[in-house]
Amino acid sequence: MAKTIAEINKKIKKGEAVVVTAEEIIDIVEEKGVKKASQEVDVVTTATFGPMCSSGAYFNIGHSKPRIKLEKVYLNEVPAYTGFAAVDILIGATSLPEDDPRNRVHPGDFAYGGGHLIEDLVAGKDIKLVATSYGTDCYPRKNLETWINIKDLNEAVLFNPRNAYQNYPVAVNLSDKVIYTYMGTLQPKLGNANYSSAGQLSPLFNDPYYKTIGIGTRIFLGGGIGYLVWQGTQHNPGVARTKGGIPRSSAGTIAVMGDLKKMSPEWLRGTSLRGYGASLTVGIGIPIPILNEETLQYTAVKDKEIYTQIVDYNKTYPEGGSESLGEVNYAQLKSGKITFQGKEVPTASLSSYAKARKIAAILKDWIKKGEFLLTEAVKLLPSADSGVTFKPLKERPIR
Amino acid sequence: MAKQRLVLTFPHKVVEEPITYHLIKDYDLVVNILRAKISPQEEGRLMIEIEGEKNALNKGIGYLKRLGVRTQPLAQDIRWLETRCTHCTLCVPLCPTGAILVDRDKMEVSFDKDKCIACGACIPVCPYKAIEILF
Repeated sequence: MAKTIAEINKKIKKGEAVVVTAEEIIDIVEEKGVKKASQEVDVVTTATFGPMCSSGAYFNIGHSKPRIKLEKVYLNEVPAYTGFAAVDILIGATSLPEDDPRNRVHPGDFAYGGGHLIEDLVAGKDIKLVATSYGTDCYPRKNLETWINIKDLNEAVLFNPRNAYQNYPVAVNLSDKVIYTYMGTLQPKLGNANYSSAGQLSPLFNDPYYKTIGIGTRIFLGGGIGYLVWQGTQHNPGVARTKGGIPRSSAGTIAVMGDLKKMSPEWLRGTSLRGYGASLTVGIGIPIPILNEETLQYTAVKDKEIYTQIVDYNKTYPEGGSESLGEVNYAQLKSGKITFQGKEVPTASLSSYAKARKIAAILKDWIKKGEFLLTEAVKLLPSADSGVTFKPLKERPIR
Repeated sequence: MAKQRLVLTFPHKVVEEPITYHLIKDYDLVVNILRAKISPQEEGRLMIEIEGEKNALNKGIGYLKRLGVRTQPLAQDIRWLETRCTHCTLCVPLCPTGAILVDRDKMEVSFDKDKCIACGACIPVCPYKAIEILF
């Protein structure tokens, strides 16, 4: 018997909803079968916690007296974007102070960037704002130097254009020198293999065709409540899939936003990737309403059924390619080593499975307590048959 | 047999003293140098593992103290900041002694101070600065 989200919400309000995590559902389905489990379970919680570079925040600092139309703004030396009206500021996770040495002495440390700034802001620390402008009749001021604090901001919103990638390649290095990538430090000659996904707990693996997830879906975001607002940039649902519908390489992505003031530095962490740059590690949890046997079947996916591609980050990736050297599943990756090209290669993850598990448990708790209701998506994400693809840049040289 | 991992700090006046020679010859100790440096102020730091009969080990450490060499257990100089660690596992394959362990069921990281030789391989790869070595 099919359920509706309204019916599930009624049960949540009464404290009667059966909520389990995407890990727990695996055993339940094995024990009871899909049909019985789909009747008993109302919600499955999924989660991920990993570096997500396409993240940022915008906020409004209020007007100074006299007024200034912010033009160049630095927050703890990190440059922010001000091309919106007078005192709205946008800061991206990968933004770097102008005097950061970058990779001038390779590999750079990238100790502080936009992601760290967002963590500090959320932690309630005072942030140093230094701004200049050109002055107008209505906004005469040309300089502003002040401490700001999140509690005084008018709106502070986390806004992430691309998060929670549905699958990601495993990065290796076939060359004979160490390389420093956003997938971590890669030792020469297949010295290690780095991956980044929560696998069976990851949101979009549990609803692979986006049958419940869409615009308006309420989620756990950075320790607070957020919403899915659009498909993420580079959303690419049409890639090859397994029989069970799981994409075999990077596919769907989501754009999310939420009230930064209600979030926590535990779930938004400034991130330094040696030789690459700064980023923000974001915690996301998405509830999947169990509407029928099909939606439940998808949530029962296991690590060993989720495959991804091994890609050489020394040559293939930098040159714009994505050719696979081979395929592995997340059960193999999580074991700590894979056997590849006749060699035992140690594996490491960028995303934290332990933290993803904790987020799935927190979200489960919120729903069980009746504090978090599910939403009906206003519009589902473009799915495998939508024709939406992620195209490379077609360069047209300017002469 | 007893084993200790120590960080030795040498004042300027004993920097040129051949202490490893004396520990080996006079006290019959097995000495393994893990790391050594002399700072710009010419204060020497030596990270060593010494192994031998308990009595001999104590006498050897007594000899160091008489010379004016400060000794402290290595473990005090390494800090795993558990609240900063996200348990991502990025550092794990780089640890040469298996001091960073992963519980593969929970996918949680733990740190065994006694196995750590303070090589520092984990430090630059940690995106969250969760490990500190004061040496």
